[in-house]
Amino acid sequence: MSEHEYVPKSKAGKWFNDRLPLLTLGAHLTDYPTPKNLNYWWTFGGILTFCLITQIVTGIVLAMHYVAHADLAFASVEHIMRDVNYGWLIRYIHSNGASMFFLAVYIHIFRSLFYGSYKSPREVIWIIGLMIYLLMMAAAFMGYVLPWGQMSFWGATVITNLFSAIPLVGDSITTWLWGAYSVDNPTLNRFFSLHYLIPFLILGLVVLHIWALHVPGNNNPVGIDIKKPSKDTVPFHPYITIKDAFALLVFMIVFAGFVFFTPNVLGHSDNYIPANPLVTPAHIVPEWYLLPFYAILRSVPDKLGGVILMFGAIFILFVLPWLDTSKVRSAVFRPIYRQFYWIFVLDVLMLGYVGAMPAEGIYLVLARAGTIYYFAHFIIVMPVVGLLEKTDPVPLSISDPVLTGGAEPSLARKVNDKV
Amino acid sequence: MIKFNIKLLVISFLLLISLRPLHSAEMVDPIKVDWSFKGLTGTFDRASLQRGFQVYKEVCASCHSMQYLSYRNLGEPGGPEFSEQEVKAIAASFEIEDGPDSQGEMFTRPGKPSDKFKSPYPNTQAATAANGGAYPPDMSVLVKARKGGANYIYSVLVGYEDPPPGVTLDDGVYYNKYMAGNKIKMPNNLMDGLVEYADGTDSTVDQMAKDVTTFLAWAAEPELEERHRTGVKVIIYLILLTTLVYLSMKKIWSRIDTEV
Repeated sequence: MSEHEYVPKSKAGKWFNDRLPLLTLGAHLTDYPTPKNLNYWWTFGGILTFCLITQIVTGIVLAMHYVAHADLAFASVEHIMRDVNYGWLIRYIHSNGASMFFLAVYIHIFRSLFYGSYKSPREVIWIIGLMIYLLMMAAAFMGYVLPWGQMSFWGATVITNLFSAIPLVGDSITTWLWGAYSVDNPTLNRFFSLHYLIPFLILGLVVLHIWALHVPGNNNPVGIDIKKPSKDTVPFHPYITIKDAFALLVFMIVFAGFVFFTPNVLGHSDNYIPANPLVTPAHIVPEWYLLPFYAILRSVPDKLGGVILMFGAIFILFVLPWLDTSKVRSAVFRPIYRQFYWIFVLDVLMLGYVGAMPAEGIYLVLARAGTIYYFAHFIIVMPVVGLLEKTDPVPLSISDPVLTGGAEPSLARKVNDKV
Repeated sequence: MIKFNIKLLVISFLLLISLRPLHSAEMVDPIKVDWSFKGLTGTFDRASLQRGFQVYKEVCASCHSMQYLSYRNLGEPGGPEFSEQEVKAIAASFEIEDGPDSQGEMFTRPGKPSDKFKSPYPNTQAATAANGGAYPPDMSVLVKARKGGANYIYSVLVGYEDPPPGVTLDDGVYYNKYMAGNKIKMPNNLMDGLVEYADGTDSTVDQMAKDVTTFLAWAAEPELEERHRTGVKVIIYLILLTTLVYLSMKKIWSRIDTEV
């Protein structure tokens, strides 16, 4: 922020800004030099901010009408759907909003993986992002419990039971988490409390995420360091704000399509059956966005091993910046890594698919193969490919790309004038 | 070219999982009915809703509760839209327990439009005990609580058959083609001419099943018509705004040499 000397024009503005430099911050955010070649995959940061605010606003309204009690929760949700003015709209925005949030966050994460945005000097941005992702999963899981339907109850039972796999203290920890000897009213109460808390923790981390981003500045599709400001950059406003607004609106059309025309397609019909501790559903499945991890969990015959691998699948991402040995950031110039990247995408999709299927027969085989490959991608592919790969020539600047052979013509063109 | 193939693979995989049938192997696909409430602008057939309510009241309601609905809902827009007098008369035909009064006694009185639908049993246990150990589920959100939704409910209602040879059924268990596991504890309650429709419609089993399913679909999603109407407006608005913002974006970015 220091390279930028901002002086408010009005006397009052100067008086205030000398005491709290909010106007300087505003000026920084407006002028923030942004690479001019950012493609639409870069618009998901703004979209995610929108998702978070939407969830918080709709959630606050829902909490005014929801009753966190095992005997009343299901009925209070129906009360919201039937008797609260536009309650159906607010609840459907909130429940589909969770899915849209994860859709956006997965695109955001996979964009980072493709363009090497997690690499030096952006490791801290990446790690804060992963902390946000972890909190998102916790918030989404607890939110899914609140309607107290069959999937709420049994999902909560399955997930909290994971902690019983911890040696020696597992059962005590599980009882402590429940606040009872099974998932019951105290569990629902604390989940509601935490579900309300976590979004504000996320909000705080988002501020840090953006702060950390504004230190080195954005990565870009070419993945090279650029001078800021220069002819390679544009001011954040109006160039990036208008582009983010356009992408957000397209995203909102998809969002509205779900909310108004298929509001329950992403949920499980069993969750419209009130929770019944005596009746176990035929298949207990989490929401779609947790399915790959569910597949990893179930692929291991040992409970503790499954839990370790499932959490390991997320925590390995924290050390990714140091597992990736490549000097080149963007996969655009990494012909070998690019192939592995797409195989990895396919692997995660396959894990998500088998996570929704019963853990038997071919699905179990696929889940195991997928799990092994998932870890191999990080532990073997990332370090080895980074060392051995012959990368394509990297341009010196965004405005004057030096592309002498190597890269595919189609990609070269994309880097040149689209991206 | 490997890259292209992998992309193709990813896309075909996405298509595959989006089309995947989620049912288990032993279940027959429910009959697909061309409901009037399907699609982006679908609305309920008002006459069918009113007939469906009649079937519910005369047949289903003797075992199934609908505890999240109120009698006033029957007169609200987007539903069966009975007149105010009709709603009052329907509500008044039920004896509702109220109280305690100033003496601390519970008492009964004729229903009011603001009352919830009266349940046939005082609690789940009583309902279960009276129905051979099978709790007749509350029907308020039944259509949303079953995979296949309205098609599934309709299919079960018309799916009663004699069991195939080799299948023996316990007492009080019936064979149904569309029910998971093919065994259902609800007897086939619909037979031709069971109810006498006020509008003169022929009350065949198929007609009654369609009407009552339409009624249940509305009960589960009373906001459906408003949701569809609002959705169309919202999407049109968003498309117009997106177009304007797109054009603004093009204009702003035309100041520099980079395409957007």
